[in-house]
Amino acid sequence: MLGELLITLGVVALLFVAWQLWIGDWIIGAENDAVGKSLSQQWATTAPTPTASASPSASGAAPADPTTPVVTADPVVMAQPGNGQVFAVMHIPRFGPNYAVRMAGGVTRPKTLDPIGIGHYPGTAMPGDTGNMAVAAHRTTFGKPFNLIGTLHVGDAIVMETPQGWYTYRFRTLEYVKPDAVEVLLPVPQQVGVAADGKYLTMTSCSPMYSKAERIVAYSSFESFTPRAAGAPASLDPVS
Amino acid sequence: MYAALWRILPGPWWVRVVILLALAAAVLYALFWFVFPWVSTIVDPQDVTVS
Repeated sequence: MLGELLITLGVVALLFVAWQLWIGDWIIGAENDAVGKSLSQQWATTAPTPTASASPSASGAAPADPTTPVVTADPVVMAQPGNGQVFAVMHIPRFGPNYAVRMAGGVTRPKTLDPIGIGHYPGTAMPGDTGNMAVAAHRTTFGKPFNLIGTLHVGDAIVMETPQGWYTYRFRTLEYVKPDAVEVLLPVPQQVGVAADGKYLTMTSCSPMYSKAERIVAYSSFESFTPRAAGAPASLDPVS
Repeated sequence: MYAALWRILPGPWWVRVVILLALAAAVLYALFWFVFPWVSTIVDPQDVTVS
């Protein structure tokens, strides 16, 4: 009787390890992508109709067509989101064609990182804004949104979709820092006392995986804003 | 414990096996979708932000 109980507990403990390492991420990762995708489709159907200012390629032309001129506009800068308030969906073609993870305000685990996905450091820039936009997400467990952060190639697109359109950033470089290196969040990352001179994106996650000893940081710089009316940008195309 | 469970299940052996498989599936579902996600918020030793 006692032996059977202990064996059962051992099996459940092993199951938890398997869930934590693999099974849970399959379940939660697929759920996150599905929710992100449906949000993205919801924005597409409720989007404002194309206006005259929305460029020549707004109707009909396939976004992937290389002859289509790249449509850009002055980015719409959103207000700071509330804690746990979803404001965008992140697409990173390098992380797979189905990757669509919601972004919300705040970087606490109970409010944002565990239940939603990607958290926005309060007070840092919003997409398309001058300065540095900083976000964080799990690299392991909870659907592991930033699991492949170490595999980004220079120039890879990081696209944030909002009801207004798509903000494309291009990956530049990785850095490994100590957990207290808040300088990575400065308007110009790692430059103390320097005023904002560009539009940057800082992504932080844990390093090594399954550890809290260090942080991995990925820096990107802003490339363009594509209004909703112009259709999905070419930066969303699959990469090889 | 499992011998007692086998005894109280009704029907021939193959009906009992089917019931047991259904029970196991229900237990796994509860663990994977509800219990483990909750445990994970408590024990998970990781931190992804700088502060």
